[in-house]
Amino acid sequence: MTEATLTLKKPKSKAIKEKQKIAYLFVFPYVLMFTIFIVIPVIAAILLSFTYFDAVRFPSWIGFENYINIMTNDEVFMQNVIPNTLKYAIIVGPGGYILSFLLAWVLSQLTHKIRTVLALIIYSPSLTSGITMAVLWRVIFAGDNSGYLNSILLSLGLIVEPVIWLQSKDFLLTIMIIVTLWSSMGVGFLAILAGILNVNQELYEAGYIDGIKNKFQEMLYITIPSIKPQMLFGAVMAIVGTFSSSGIGVALSGSNPTPQYAGQLIVNHIEYYGFNKYEMGYAAALSVLLLLIVYLFSRIAFKLFGSKDE
Amino acid sequence: MKKHSKFQGTKINPSRFHPSQIRYLIILTPVVLFMLLPLLYIFNHAFKPLEELFYYPPRFIVERPTLANFTRLFQVTGTSGIPMSRYFFNSLIVTALVLVASVLISTMAGYALSKLNFKGKKMMNEVNTLSLMFVGIAVTIPRYLIVERLGLIDNFFVHVLPYLAVPVGLFLIKQFVDQIPNELIDASRVDGANEWQIYTKIILPLIKPAIATIVILSFQTVWNSADTSTTYINNDLLKTFAFYMNTLTANTNGVAGQGMAAAASLIMFLPNLIIFIVMQSKVMDTMAHSGIK
Repeated sequence: MTEATLTLKKPKSKAIKEKQKIAYLFVFPYVLMFTIFIVIPVIAAILLSFTYFDAVRFPSWIGFENYINIMTNDEVFMQNVIPNTLKYAIIVGPGGYILSFLLAWVLSQLTHKIRTVLALIIYSPSLTSGITMAVLWRVIFAGDNSGYLNSILLSLGLIVEPVIWLQSKDFLLTIMIIVTLWSSMGVGFLAILAGILNVNQELYEAGYIDGIKNKFQEMLYITIPSIKPQMLFGAVMAIVGTFSSSGIGVALSGSNPTPQYAGQLIVNHIEYYGFNKYEMGYAAALSVLLLLIVYLFSRIAFKLFGSKDE
Repeated sequence: MKKHSKFQGTKINPSRFHPSQIRYLIILTPVVLFMLLPLLYIFNHAFKPLEELFYYPPRFIVERPTLANFTRLFQVTGTSGIPMSRYFFNSLIVTALVLVASVLISTMAGYALSKLNFKGKKMMNEVNTLSLMFVGIAVTIPRYLIVERLGLIDNFFVHVLPYLAVPVGLFLIKQFVDQIPNELIDASRVDGANEWQIYTKIILPLIKPAIATIVILSFQTVWNSADTSTTYINNDLLKTFAFYMNTLTANTNGVAGQGMAAAASLIMFLPNLIIFIVMQSKVMDTMAHSGIK
């Protein structure tokens, strides 16, 4: 017996090694691309954030100076970028997310055919990025009286002269939020919808026997707990989508910085410092802050919907 | 599915219409209109003849549709003298390459992460879940520096390579492979199939819905992306249609340009829509497994 196991052991461990090798071959192409285009850039951003780097000379180490400057010396960052980013991120992120859940829930109350058509309409704006569609919004919000919105408001007598919407300090951010919400019912929305549709019907019937009285209770006590994983996926997609789409202000107004910094978000601030002022170290520090903000938002989502207690 | 007729009005995913559903339609109408109107506008605008573009006050619906905007769009050449068809062709090749390559590498990795055993598997899964939160736009600058170091500036493949590792894509594939019973794989191992055969003969056919989904997601990202052309490409011959579109729309203050820009937007948008409509049931199937546990 022992002899048999001994002789078997060696080829077996060799087989395991062989299997591992095959597994590594399967993941290798992905890992390689992932490392080059995601891991290294993130590490590089972190390292660069502690340097002064003008893209010409070799980066020189300056410790936390960039971060200190962001916090103490960057008036635009503190007075415009942060408030704008927060307002934009909270309305588009959690706001858009709640909206996508409610829409998915309402859609799930309808029959298959109607639901498919309406879901397609709601999803289709996200097929293009809001930025690609900037042309469309630029015509709707055009600043002269040929703009659709101006022309409607003028004919209704609500305004006396055309409003220059996209160059306006008061309206640009709001328009950015509307445009982004328009195109934000994407993958997350579909995931939540698919999740709701796959909740076991018997749970609802059991719920009504147990005393659930109305649709709202049903949503709160059965639907949401049953689709927590999809809710989490949707939340992460909403957060990432929010920050990824924040080039919209520049696309709409046609300039970076945006007029009077009205639509300046952290992403635009990064690009302004990186590509216009060539302060790469400073831009990198801003990038690290952005990644941290996204991470924090996502942590909150994991706390709310995660199944593991992390 | 069994019918519970007394439950019909109030349950989710009802199988037939009930008057109680009207209130949901009423709630949805303004939302659907808000989503739909801009798309209808693009559609109408793209087919307007020149004089209708000049109408004041502007009219929403096209009266005498024409293809003039499209023909002008295809005839116009940029300041560099490069015909638009060149950009269009570039985009087609880039998109095709990204789709094939990203499907291949993410399904391979997804299979290994789900069904094979190797050291570092758990960590790789965790890193990938973490990188779902990755916002690419945040690291534009370090990415640029790396692309520059690799000598990929003005290289055609810079359109392709950064889009191959998509954490969301890998995540969806892996979740979907998880649904395939291990017995199926073990059985074919017993029959003497190697891992590559299992991957091509069993896994790939079974995860078609997930593949359709990442095809759509990659298509959207690549087809719509002007960023690579703006950031990494100086040679106009290598730029893409999305980039051309963006320069066109950025410079359209004239009314005639608006018609062309709308036509270009429509060309950008329609392929996305058609692919999604064709594949939508597969996407919903994949999304049902999308939860993060």
